[in-house]
Amino acid sequence: MCGKELNDKVRALILVGGYGTRLRPLTLSRPKPLVEFANKPMLIHQLEALVEVGVTEVVLAVSYRAEEMEKGLSEEAKKLGVNLIFSHEDEPLGTAGPLALARNVLSKNDHPFFVLNADIICEFPFKEMISFHKNHGREGTICVTRVEEPSKYGVVVYKDKEEDEERGCITEFIEKPQEFVSNKINAGMYIFNASILKRIKLQPTSIEKEVFPEMAKESQLYAFELKGFWMDVGQPRDFLTGMCLYLSALRQKKSDKLTDRDGALGNVLIDPTAKIGQDCKIGPNVIIGPDVVIEDGVCIRRSTVLRGSVIKSHSWLDSCIIGWRCVIGRWVRLENNTVLGEDVIVKDEIYINGGQVLPHKSIASSVPEPKIIM
Amino acid sequence: MLKAIILIGGPLKGTRFRPLSLDIPKPLFPVAGLPIIQHHIEACVRVPDLKEIILLGYYPSSDLMKFVQEMIQEYKIAIRYLQEYTALGTAGGMYHFRDQIRCGNPTAFFVINGDVCGDFPLLEMCEYYGEKDALVVVAGTEATRNQSVNYGCIISDKNTGEILHYVEKPSTFVSTLVNCGVYLCSLDIFQILAAVFKKKEEERVYDLASSNNDSTTIQLEQDVLRPLAGTGKAFVYQSKNWWSQLKPAGSTIYANRHFLQLYRKRHPERLRGVGIQEGNVKQIPKIIDDVFIHPTAFIHHTAVLGPNVSIGANAHIGPGVRIRESIILSGANISNHSLVMYSVVGRNSKIGAWSRVEGTPCDPNPNKPFAKMDNLPLFNSNGKLNPSITILGCSVSVPAEVILLNSIVLPYKELSRSFKNEIIL
Repeated sequence: MCGKELNDKVRALILVGGYGTRLRPLTLSRPKPLVEFANKPMLIHQLEALVEVGVTEVVLAVSYRAEEMEKGLSEEAKKLGVNLIFSHEDEPLGTAGPLALARNVLSKNDHPFFVLNADIICEFPFKEMISFHKNHGREGTICVTRVEEPSKYGVVVYKDKEEDEERGCITEFIEKPQEFVSNKINAGMYIFNASILKRIKLQPTSIEKEVFPEMAKESQLYAFELKGFWMDVGQPRDFLTGMCLYLSALRQKKSDKLTDRDGALGNVLIDPTAKIGQDCKIGPNVIIGPDVVIEDGVCIRRSTVLRGSVIKSHSWLDSCIIGWRCVIGRWVRLENNTVLGEDVIVKDEIYINGGQVLPHKSIASSVPEPKIIM
Repeated sequence: MLKAIILIGGPLKGTRFRPLSLDIPKPLFPVAGLPIIQHHIEACVRVPDLKEIILLGYYPSSDLMKFVQEMIQEYKIAIRYLQEYTALGTAGGMYHFRDQIRCGNPTAFFVINGDVCGDFPLLEMCEYYGEKDALVVVAGTEATRNQSVNYGCIISDKNTGEILHYVEKPSTFVSTLVNCGVYLCSLDIFQILAAVFKKKEEERVYDLASSNNDSTTIQLEQDVLRPLAGTGKAFVYQSKNWWSQLKPAGSTIYANRHFLQLYRKRHPERLRGVGIQEGNVKQIPKIIDDVFIHPTAFIHHTAVLGPNVSIGANAHIGPGVRIRESIILSGANISNHSLVMYSVVGRNSKIGAWSRVEGTPCDPNPNKPFAKMDNLPLFNSNGKLNPSITILGCSVSVPAEVILLNSIVLPYKELSRSFKNEIIL
């Protein structure tokens, strides 16, 4: 009985990876998967979606701060009824190596398993992915999404005409193409049959460059076209763009999470424990975390304010990420992808334009041009 | 009996004061709530024996008529505007109107440049004048070695105060003692002026073919002080009081602060009387000294003003507005939660909610004794605007939620976005 249960488990592996340097200074305080996106640790968005399609065991491939992550996630995982296994890399193994490292777990049964990049935010249509994967019956499914500017991504070329016999079958991968070939890129979400593990050795390996091309040659890879929004939120600018997309997706779904409080404009998410003062203008596209205090007469647009921060009266924020427990003074102006690390204090009347402020700093003079404040 | 002459210049001068002087003659631009030369007039009025003040310049008299009337009413003293037919130099106008000045036979008369400001030591100069057999007493002040060459430099006898050598804006260092542009002259100075005029007039006749100058100008500094140096007739009274030139527009914020500070001593009533009546309750905005608020201005009780702010007549300051180190002129309207610092907001200008209007102070280096303001050019060597105070000309409109940083906006512009380090024509 117990053994059968174990064998029936659907599994997933999430490539959490390294230091999250691109999302510094936030990731100096906590590992990236624990940074809240829309008031929920980034990884929880993925875990919830996986649990919904019956995944009960998730391998987290980490090379850094595993204990902290375990502490931060275990309670949430228990609530979701999912078993987390931390697979710790002693040396970075790339995007394919971690699969080999977790071979024992992933090959416990013959079920296909998910592999996800940790930085991805979208609507996670895992159910549709599973049935697509079962339908074509080959070794792997790659989720692809359409982007405006494909030249900075890995572009996927596949048979996409309706009359194509093997519609969806991937023929080619082109990393960062100089000339336009396609606007479909690898969205960093896959389903593989366990047989893929035979292709991967326990050594640093890139799944995109070393494993996929080989599979494509054998017509073993199919492209699943993602509907709805997609964003790699691994850096501040994209984090905020992703936030806007996420919020408008909530609006489309008519989610009751969006606030209808006074002073809120457009798509705004406010944690119920946050306090908002009088005469404020919050939104559009703002996320306010738990225990945040927004005093009277504050205007915030297109920003995320993380747990426990205080924004004092008359301040104005646009396109910012305010880290945990920051204190923003009165008549402060923050804009242009300014990111404040944990516990940053910004004194009254300060202006910060595109500043990246490391944790525990106190800012007493303005930063008129984009700059890192150590 | 004494008289005073205030040299106010004319419309073609003081260009570095633009755009503040585009819609108002520079001498009438309000600093600390009063037109610049009203501060000069007040300094003169404090001299007991002073019976007449003459404003001398070449602005059309219609520009000054109303002001002169108001001044007569306010200070109950004879005040006149004498208009030069053209720019005659700092002493040319004096010479031209010599009979008017001599009339009534004053014992001496002050000459004060309109584009300097400070706590003029007029009484002390009178006393000093009495001790000397002087044609002219010049107020002098200490400057730094580097900055002194931008002024008229004085070498004096340490014991007697006699001016031994005088040179205007030398190219090499001469002296750290500089001319403040405030003089006390004996009527005998007109004999010197007459001699200078005659000599120049003769030269001009010989030069007529090559010269396009159609009138003789006399400069008090080069034509009078320089030759008088070493004759035992010119003396310097050295003052430690605050003093500054008022040349670039940015100097107004610095001057504003010092004039407000002087009010503490001379006119404390001007720093009071803040607050507005709402029903029976007087709700008072938070004031950080020193602040001048015109009685007709409206200040919401949640606004925070100061230090060093002047608010003009009928200005409207909305809820949650923060203003520091700035001059807000009459009829300006500043909306909710906006911040204004190191800026001049022109007459009838409007600033939307949550906007930030910010300049960079051009104060003298506080760590250097005797440092004056650096009169930086508008642009630096890279062709970029030197950071300075932000200036909104009259009737400029700034939308909500933008930032205006180190920028100069000419009158009647409607901005639609943020600007930094720009001149908006």
